[in-house]
Amino acid sequence: MTQCCGELLRSTDLTKTYSADNGSVPALGPTSLALGHGETLALVGPSGCGKSTLLLLLAGLEKPTAGEVLFKGQPLTRPHREIALVLQDYGLFPWKTVRRNVELGLEIRGESMDSGRLDSLLAELDITEKMDLYPQQLSGGQRQRVALARALVLNPSLLLLDEPFAALDTLTRERLQDLVAAAWRKHAFGMIVVTHNIQEAVRLGRSIAVMGSTPGRILALVANPRGCSEDYRGQADFFEMSRLVRAHLEQTA
Amino acid sequence: MRTWRSYLLGASLLLAFWQIGAWWAGESVLTGPATVLAELVSESETSRFWHHVGASAWRVIAALAASFATAVPVGLVLGSSRRADRFVRPVINLTYPVPKIVLLPLVLLIFGLGDTGKIVMLSLILFFQLLITTRDAATAVSRSAKYSLYSLGGTRRHLFVHVIWPSVLPAVFTALRIATGTVVAVLFFVESIGTQYGVGFYILDAWGRADVPQIFVGIVVLAIMGAVLYEIFDVLERVFCRWKQM
Ligand SMILES: Nc1ncnc2c1ncn2[C@@H]1O[C@H](COP(=O)(O)OP(=O)(O)O)[C@@H](O)[C@H]1O
Ligand SMILES: [Mg+2]
Repeated sequence: MTQCCGELLRSTDLTKTYSADNGSVPALGPTSLALGHGETLALVGPSGCGKSTLLLLLAGLEKPTAGEVLFKGQPLTRPHREIALVLQDYGLFPWKTVRRNVELGLEIRGESMDSGRLDSLLAELDITEKMDLYPQQLSGGQRQRVALARALVLNPSLLLLDEPFAALDTLTRERLQDLVAAAWRKHAFGMIVVTHNIQEAVRLGRSIAVMGSTPGRILALVANPRGCSEDYRGQADFFEMSRLVRAHLEQTA
Repeated sequence: MRTWRSYLLGASLLLAFWQIGAWWAGESVLTGPATVLAELVSESETSRFWHHVGASAWRVIAALAASFATAVPVGLVLGSSRRADRFVRPVINLTYPVPKIVLLPLVLLIFGLGDTGKIVMLSLILFFQLLITTRDAATAVSRSAKYSLYSLGGTRRHLFVHVIWPSVLPAVFTALRIATGTVVAVLFFVESIGTQYGVGFYILDAWGRADVPQIFVGIVVLAIMGAVLYEIFDVLERVFCRWKQM
């Protein structure tokens, strides 16, 4: 295998069939995608089309039934230290304070972070004052910031987000999208965002994969070079792009 | 401190009702709290009384410790390994409904009439309560919590330390608090056989002598013992599960 130039992640014919008590569930059909270093991809599709499944496979958390994932040219068979994941329900541990949640990855890896860099990250995410609280004392938006902090302290080269803002109100959601876009511009990690929200896909994905169901697969790939750029939302080309993605999505239904 | 005040209030209320009942029925039928308290004070000045209390306390604490040390690890393993659970679950389901107290003669035959037999009997009853609670709490740990932990680079050991154990702990404390009620009740049975010491024996002995005030003293002591244990587990839970109060 040659290590390809500038490619961070590639999946080839990735397939996942869950075996359940009442037979098998074909969650994801053969799916291939690629992501360059520092690029972003939005996966948008209806509920149940296999988006989370795909993300878990790309995170090395579930084993594919067929196909493989290459991360930096190497087969990915288990979680990788450079891949960080944020789940829809944030995956924070209610028995740990915000500080211990944020530092858990470092603690597990036996690493430490210089306090200047940690402080600037916490300030960037606006959670500096919340460090001694427990997650259940925070609002949904604050919890999501903590989950992002926990992922970003690990300085990942790939950030995977599963419906990160689905449970938030519109304004909070948009503010957090802008925050993630700003973090991406600053830290230049590769990013894959799973969402069922068209505008979120357009806001964050520099390419947008439209998925269809049973089994899940990618039906269209739309280039969106202004994704993650400043002040994109509210501009004419943003709405134009949203309309285009919607048209693709409607074809899947 | 609020706990103490509410305990004081509860106890006064209970004593008041008891006293009213005694006046109404007559001391010959229902011994009043004043008589019982006087008896308790005079009994507490004898070393024999404290010997009874000490014997019971030792048996209860040893049984709680033994069942905790065996049931909780097994529950954690069953709750986090589907294979182990599938294998063991039928065994538990078949043995759990057997009222453990009917095993008393067998246990005493095997482990003897001394403290060991009694502690084994008490532990046996607590074991299942703790085991099932722990197992179910460990099973309930969410998939997303596991994914999160593994994606941070955690191993199975980290999963235990950072996720399964802390999430199971509140349920374990609840089970322990419930167990205090059970253990004190069963204590009375096991101390009715083959011993000269323990609060259970004390009550039976008083009964034999038709010493009603002393019967009540025994009951009061058991109640206090149960309440103290309950509060200890409550305090421990508040210390170790601070996040639950937030
Ligand atoms: N652990 C699992 N076991 C069995 N079936 C599952 C499991 N996870 C997901 N599925 C099924 O796979 C399909 C895709 O699910 P998912 O990837 O969660 O979709 P999405 O994230 O797009 O909503 C659904 O039909 C779902 O019921
Ligand atoms: Mg999903």
